[in-house]
Amino acid sequence: MEDIVVRNRGVEAARVAGEAITLGQLERSLRRPRTLLNFVLSFTTTVLTLSALVPLFSVVYMLAAEGLKRLNLEAFTSLPPAAFEEGGGFGNAIVGTLVMVGMAALISVPLGILAAVFLAEIGPTTRLAQCVRFAAKVLSGFPSILAGVFIFSVIVLRMPTYSAYAGSLALALLMLPTVILTAEEAIRMVPAKIREAAVGMGATPAQVVWKVTLPTAMPGILTGVMLAVARAAGETAPLLFTALFSNYWVWDNGLSNKTASLAVLIYNFSGMPYENQKQLAWAAALVLVLVVLTTNLIGQSLSRRDPQE
Amino acid sequence: MITLPKDQQGIARPPTRWETGSNVAFRAMTYIVAFAVVLLVLFIIFEIGWAAGPAIKRYGFGFFTGVKWDPNTEEYGIRPHIWGTLYSSVLAVIIGTVLGLAVAIFLSERFLSSFIHAILRFFRVQHHGFWGKLPDGLEVLLKNLVQLLAAIPSVVYGLWGIFVISPLVQPMCGWLHKHLGWIPFFDTSYNPYSMLPAALVLAIMVLPTISAISRDALVSVPPKLRQAAYGLGATRWEALISVIIPTAQTGIFGSVLLAFGRAIGETMALAMLVGNANTLSWSLFSPANTLAAMMANTFPEAREPNLISALMYAALVLMAITLLVNLLGAWILQRASRGLKGAR
Repeated sequence: MEDIVVRNRGVEAARVAGEAITLGQLERSLRRPRTLLNFVLSFTTTVLTLSALVPLFSVVYMLAAEGLKRLNLEAFTSLPPAAFEEGGGFGNAIVGTLVMVGMAALISVPLGILAAVFLAEIGPTTRLAQCVRFAAKVLSGFPSILAGVFIFSVIVLRMPTYSAYAGSLALALLMLPTVILTAEEAIRMVPAKIREAAVGMGATPAQVVWKVTLPTAMPGILTGVMLAVARAAGETAPLLFTALFSNYWVWDNGLSNKTASLAVLIYNFSGMPYENQKQLAWAAALVLVLVVLTTNLIGQSLSRRDPQE
Repeated sequence: MITLPKDQQGIARPPTRWETGSNVAFRAMTYIVAFAVVLLVLFIIFEIGWAAGPAIKRYGFGFFTGVKWDPNTEEYGIRPHIWGTLYSSVLAVIIGTVLGLAVAIFLSERFLSSFIHAILRFFRVQHHGFWGKLPDGLEVLLKNLVQLLAAIPSVVYGLWGIFVISPLVQPMCGWLHKHLGWIPFFDTSYNPYSMLPAALVLAIMVLPTISAISRDALVSVPPKLRQAAYGLGATRWEALISVIIPTAQTGIFGSVLLAFGRAIGETMALAMLVGNANTLSWSLFSPANTLAAMMANTFPEAREPNLISALMYAALVLMAITLLVNLLGAWILQRASRGLKGAR
């Protein structure tokens, strides 16, 4: 493409004026406005792209530089420190995040897969399916804080206090659309041949789904689940006023009480004027980012091994 | 009816009663769950609307024009919050579009791989087993790195904004205020928790949305059009500006709208950075507030029914705005993909 002699406006003008075309007018150098513009725009694009990556490296650098300072065994095993206390950690926040995300997954994954089975297998062209797809898209576009507002209104106001249950329900609400939409996509990827072979052998629709479609689509479905888990683990807004925060372990307080989470701990500690808390916030952020990124990568590697792709 | 001899019947048999029963039960269950998902969304809208009821009755339309948010006098108005939400989102989307579109063009035009290919050709190793794979490999790596920006939790961006971005822009902002203070954008002195650092962090958070969807739109422009432009002698950027970007513009616009929807609903980074002050100001350096950030800051301590109802009203407004923007964006993206099918 680069070697093609480019006809430019100079040549055009020369021809109109009836002049002879000289090779100099065909030259592709930076002295010509169009090639200069081309070069300048390409250069600007490159610079802008590189500068878009600067924040990523800056975040990673800060996490490593600030987070590693306090990432020791104490951080994982002890409770958050009080205002002027030294030491301390965020063990209860890690446990709280794991418990709440785990419960949210237990709620949203079975429901999401069932809805996806309906969308892809049982009634893909029905009115209801269109409504479900629309609802899932609306739900996935909702700001995450609205999940918290809804659960606050439905659950927290009707219970004595904030609880891990409320927190995990809010997270489940956010995971549901991701699970539905990715699982539907994964089930659709199952080749029709396999499904038809099962039907031809006399399997009922439920048997086709359980014994053929779901096992074949499992890697893709798990990718969606992992992406949803990764998203939920990093969410703060829906937990702020459903699970709130706690300075104690989950097993001492029970699930129907205020519960700590890594994300809310980072939020709380980032606004405090004490150096100890700030350092802990960075260490907790490092742990959170590692958890989220590992879950993401595991999820993506699952579907890459998918034989259908 | 044909009956096979006993030894040829094999294992074929009609489904047992349990099998037909479980089939019906399973199908019914998927129906119920699918129905429940639709009901859930309706229930969310209804519940928030219901809880907002008392505030809607009490404040009515004045809620949108009021500038005070005072639980002591029970005066609630969200004009500063709506202003802050739209202002921060527009700023973030402008910055995010410039960067995201550059990334999308960089990726779709394969700048990186052609650059590396040129280097490899210089060393004459472009067909080598390992080096030959390098251009495509690095291209994929770059694409994934940009998408990695979307995976970082927003609370981590908030933390990063407080400790990196806010101090970083401080000297520049001080200079701007001192020398160009007559411009409304710079007319207050710099506050570390203010609109500019919040909008910058927000821009980085919406960048992956814009770059991913715009790149898809640019890549799906039929190659015919590009080749025709090159055949007429266009340079790379003449082809981009006059052919490729106009063809992909609907998709790009859809990506910008979706990013705008994300920016409006984004909570944590703003709650940590924007300063939580109910001001109506053009200044980039003055603290402000957004709907989502205000909710994040007020809800945890909210106990009086009146305050909760007003908060629910604000949540309803936020929901309506995001719903509108998201549906518009999705509709435009759908039209974009349909339009391109016609072009082929």
